[in-house]
Amino acid sequence: MNRWQVFTNGILKENPVLILVIGLCPTLAVSGSANDAFGMGLAATFVLIASNILISAVRKWTPDQIRIPIFIIIISTFVTIVDYTMHAADPVLYANLGVFVPLIVVNCIILGRAEAFAYKNDVFSSILDGIGMGIGFTLTVTTLGAVREIIGNGTVTLLNYELLNLGEGFKPALIFILPPGAFLVMGFLMAFNRLLIKRKG
Amino acid sequence: MISNDMTWYMIILSALLINNIVLIRFLALCSFFGVSNKLETSIGMGMAVIFVMAIASSASWILWTYLLLPLKLEFLRTATFILVIAALVQLIEMYLRKAMPALYQAMGIYLPLITTNCAVLAVALLIIDYNLGFLNSLIYTIAVAVGYTLAIILFAGIRERINIAPIPEFLKGYPIIFITASLMSMAFLGFSHLFGL
Repeated sequence: MNRWQVFTNGILKENPVLILVIGLCPTLAVSGSANDAFGMGLAATFVLIASNILISAVRKWTPDQIRIPIFIIIISTFVTIVDYTMHAADPVLYANLGVFVPLIVVNCIILGRAEAFAYKNDVFSSILDGIGMGIGFTLTVTTLGAVREIIGNGTVTLLNYELLNLGEGFKPALIFILPPGAFLVMGFLMAFNRLLIKRKG
Repeated sequence: MISNDMTWYMIILSALLINNIVLIRFLALCSFFGVSNKLETSIGMGMAVIFVMAIASSASWILWTYLLLPLKLEFLRTATFILVIAALVQLIEMYLRKAMPALYQAMGIYLPLITTNCAVLAVALLIIDYNLGFLNSLIYTIAVAVGYTLAIILFAGIRERINIAPIPEFLKGYPIIFITASLMSMAFLGFSHLFGL
């Protein structure tokens, strides 16, 4: 696999959420608005890249039998950094994401990439893999958030700027920003993704 | 929101139905979608989750109150809890294999899966966030775990029917499962604001 393939792998072919169906809890829970979803995507991407770098750097000194606890300690260190930084930098986002910020530590995507990629490859490839997977996750979760926000609230906000507002005449379907909407949009997003792949190949 | 001045049955109702951990709070989805294809396996998984969750969150409550708080080590919360849970699951597995082989047969294979079950860590963190006392947090934890079991057993029953139903080609597999979960979630949403919770 060349470097470019390593990078794009996570965005399309092995998209963690849509194809591998992992990391579901944060994906569904924070996608009530595009802003929250994007914040979650960035936080998870940071942890993913940082833990990939460190795990790949120490992989030669990591005993095989206790690698999983070591991965977990490394990951939870970066999660704690994100937790405290987000609390200070953006309290509103922190309150919206709630328990899902510390829960990044059990996000299967991060432990999965540590085990399947960073533990076996050099630091540079691991950075590329982390960025690619991170973009794949962020894109999926933000798309889901944007779709739910448009239908359920008639707006799209990203980084606290209002990008789109369908105005007064639009009657939003509130169910889409409530929990059932997450499952519904996710199901149709997966079906849509499958149709796209089928048409291509 | 759960608080100490709620009565025990309100805590149970809130954790079990109104804020159902799977369908409303979106936790433990991996195992919810992963092991719900048969009714039998989902009952086993549910029992294992109740068992582990009760032990794990009592242990993390004690650690938080008597070790991390007095020593001002709050920032170690996430790391401590996840390690405690992982170690506990290992211990429980070893103990069950030795002491209760029948029970181990019934839920042994699900125990390793629970380490990555985000609901266990989430409940351990939530009882700290809600500032619950020990007894209340135990009630809350068990109610949450029973809520998980309820959701996964109902879901497994529906999935066994879906398997023999005619479904459009592009919705087969995961898409239809998510849409089903959406309908179940809608049903549980009907419980919201029950008793003003």
